[in-house]
Amino acid sequence: MTKRRRLQHTIIHVLLIIGSLFMLLPFLWMISTSLKEAREVFTFPPQWLPSSPNWSNYARALTSMPFGRFYLNSFIVATSTTIITLATSSLAAFAFARLRFKGRDSLFLVYLATLMIPFTVLLIPNFVLVRYLGWYDSYQALIFPPAFSAFATFLLRQYFRGIPVELDDAARIDGASSLRIWWQIIMPNSAPALAALAIFIFLGNWNEFLWPLVVTNSENMRTIPVGLNSFQGQFSVRWELLMAAAVVAMLPVLVVYMLAQKWFIKGITITGMGGR
Amino acid sequence: MVTQPRRETLNWYFPRGIMSLSSNRTTQLKQPKPRRTGFGKWRPGQQNEAYFFLLPSLLGFAVFVLVPILGAFVLSFFRWNLISTPEFVALRNYQELIFQDAVFRKVLGNTFFYALTIVPLQLVFGLLMAIALNQGIRGLELYRLIYFMPVVTNIVAVAIVFQWLLNRDFGVANAWVWQLADATGWPIAPPDWLNSSFWAKPAVVLLTLWKNVGFTMVIYLAGLQAVPDSLYDASKVDGASTWQRFRYITIPMVSPTTFFLLVIQLIGAFQLFAEPFVMTSGGPAQSSLSIVMYIYQNAFEFGRMGKATAIAWILFAIIFIFTLIQTRLQRRWVHYEVGP
Repeated sequence: MTKRRRLQHTIIHVLLIIGSLFMLLPFLWMISTSLKEAREVFTFPPQWLPSSPNWSNYARALTSMPFGRFYLNSFIVATSTTIITLATSSLAAFAFARLRFKGRDSLFLVYLATLMIPFTVLLIPNFVLVRYLGWYDSYQALIFPPAFSAFATFLLRQYFRGIPVELDDAARIDGASSLRIWWQIIMPNSAPALAALAIFIFLGNWNEFLWPLVVTNSENMRTIPVGLNSFQGQFSVRWELLMAAAVVAMLPVLVVYMLAQKWFIKGITITGMGGR
Repeated sequence: MVTQPRRETLNWYFPRGIMSLSSNRTTQLKQPKPRRTGFGKWRPGQQNEAYFFLLPSLLGFAVFVLVPILGAFVLSFFRWNLISTPEFVALRNYQELIFQDAVFRKVLGNTFFYALTIVPLQLVFGLLMAIALNQGIRGLELYRLIYFMPVVTNIVAVAIVFQWLLNRDFGVANAWVWQLADATGWPIAPPDWLNSSFWAKPAVVLLTLWKNVGFTMVIYLAGLQAVPDSLYDASKVDGASTWQRFRYITIPMVSPTTFFLLVIQLIGAFQLFAEPFVMTSGGPAQSSLSIVMYIYQNAFEFGRMGKATAIAWILFAIIFIFTLIQTRLQRRWVHYEVGP
């Protein structure tokens, strides 16, 4: 490495480290505050290290609201939505990619066209529909409406089309049905796409805020984001408790993320819309 | 096989690098063990089979997407609070919004402010960070881990953290200004971010930028990694400066990525909800209220379902027009390589 290049790299590292500190600062401030005693929170200048870690904030935050239940709800909702989306959209995508039938292209166009409609347009009619079905404040309301996006179908169809059709033909000659071709050829060969899509859908539903906010009412039906929001309403300036609750809400996803960084990044980038 | 226009649509949806999953796949294809007891044989007409495969998706899609789209269309011509009998008001919801509703005008302004600050800032910072990471430096994985971390976090949690971070008197963001004021005796005071009608919007922008810039960076990084080194090598031989390489190679080569990000981030920024909802509640005095928050308020606080739906359609129109303009303009600046 030349001298010039080494200097360049040093400068880049310095800039990247400054950037990293900026990105990490909110996390550090959150953890630091979550371990402070109430009287330590309002000090000036701000103390980065609490005099002694005060873990009781976590106990207090966790017991003052059923966070366990919030977790369970988020888990049930995100898992079910992911499974339903993957199952229905991979079947449909198989039909669009591999089968010949009347109206295929126009039906696919209808799917594509709905991608243009933002979720906010569907928010109110879906809310009305959910009430009409008697699903308000239930798991069905949290699980089903978000599970049918044209996006997953579109993405999988593109991917399926990249799998050589000769494989299907060979299997057909051997007497395999379409269902077997879907399950034993197309699905195994799409594992990376399916995994990425699963992460994307799971994470999106795990973090979703607006829809659960709208269709849940009782405390027992809240997911983590909605539960945290109501927690904030109750403890508005108890920053040490709020920060403890925020840590609790973030922690599992962050841990899994650190263990499987590559898959998270892949899942969110191939599916594009994930950043938000 | 693929016709030209279709390739273009796909390109803007999946710029180079992003669809990397779909390439190099032919090597490891799994083949099933041949068995002759399958419960179906090849038929030229696959109509019924197709219905079977489509049914679950189509059913859900019809109930939760197509019907609601129609419902939203109808609902926007009614006045209805969920309990009363819906009253047909024709275009009056739209009329009111466009010509009379001062709050709506304010909300539109706020949302444009969000979109027009967040999107360019994210693109610029995301690209710069991606270029820095793409210089073959050590520790790329660690930096990427850190920068991407906010993307996977829960927006409600980070919005609460930012509330505390931006607290006027005890937040870290203001601390150094206060300390400077104390040390020098200068009459300076940092902004009261969340309670100032001027600073509330920048506070929301700051949070959004912090949370999403890692996403932009990762997408750009994928785009940059697809730029062939030979281009840079050739330009070095020709004596191009760093700036010239950036301006005449990097920028055009990542322009499909830029276009893709521009489209999806504008759509996202126009639909900002949780950030202002949790952090500022849209205040003070509606100064940080976004369109989607206003939809939420109308529907679930004021019981105006029809009006809320009408706002949603106006939002759709705005997004649609912006996307259309971008797809039209892309011919002028987006460079699609006809590579191998």
